[in-house]
Amino acid sequence: MVSPIDNALFFQQQALGLRAHRQQVLAGNIANADTPNYKARDFDFSSVLKNAMVGNASGDLALVTTSAHHLQSSSDTGMPALLYRKEIQSSVDGNTVSMDIERAQFAENAVQYEAGLTFITGKIKTLLAAVQAS
Amino acid sequence: MSVFNVFHIAGSALTAQSMRLNAVASNLANADSITSADGKPYRAKQVVFEATPMPGAAAQGVRVKQVVEDVSPGRLVYDPKSPAADDKGYVTMPNVSVVDEMVNMISASRSYQTNAEVMNTAKQLLLKTLTLGQ
Repeated sequence: MVSPIDNALFFQQQALGLRAHRQQVLAGNIANADTPNYKARDFDFSSVLKNAMVGNASGDLALVTTSAHHLQSSSDTGMPALLYRKEIQSSVDGNTVSMDIERAQFAENAVQYEAGLTFITGKIKTLLAAVQAS
Repeated sequence: MSVFNVFHIAGSALTAQSMRLNAVASNLANADSITSADGKPYRAKQVVFEATPMPGAAAQGVRVKQVVEDVSPGRLVYDPKSPAADDKGYVTMPNVSVVDEMVNMISASRSYQTNAEVMNTAKQLLLKTLTLGQ
């Protein structure tokens, strides 16, 4: 994060990336609505985003290594830890996907993603206005 | 691009659900087939779903693990005129439960619809992302 333009867009970029990731997790839940013993997954969006931003503040998301033989990790491969959704109504086949919850979350996440896009567009327009002579 | 993975996940579910629908069609079509290729009455076929990791995706897709034959005994119908009747005059009919198959069909078609909608949402999000900043 060197340039100020990068800094201006970083938060929205992180948020959008996580929204896209969550969309994928929720699609997986919906796809497995009929799979026996499948457990619905999700992650806590706000805490994961907060962690990503804290990582940005310290400027280093990579794992600390004490030996040259340790595996290197990079910040952009760090995927949020997936949790299990609390079961509302249990089913006989051990599946914990509740279709109405997943559908609602999926729709909400899609709208939030679009909101993120709108915010980024607004930021870009602001930056463009700043560099353009009227 | 992780929204693209939504297509792979929902696509795997579409394939799996259409295979289930296929099995239902086969079972309903053969609900009265008293002989099959091996000379015995037709046996109902059921698909078994399994959650499967998708390449590059964080969430799991779904695939058909196997197609199992229903082992329950076929129902016996008293029809001494039939060429397939045994020495007591009973004909062994296929073990297809028409009610079960109809329920299966509705469930499969609803799941198929939901996953098609998931794909549609992902497509809209991607198209919106392409116009970012405009």
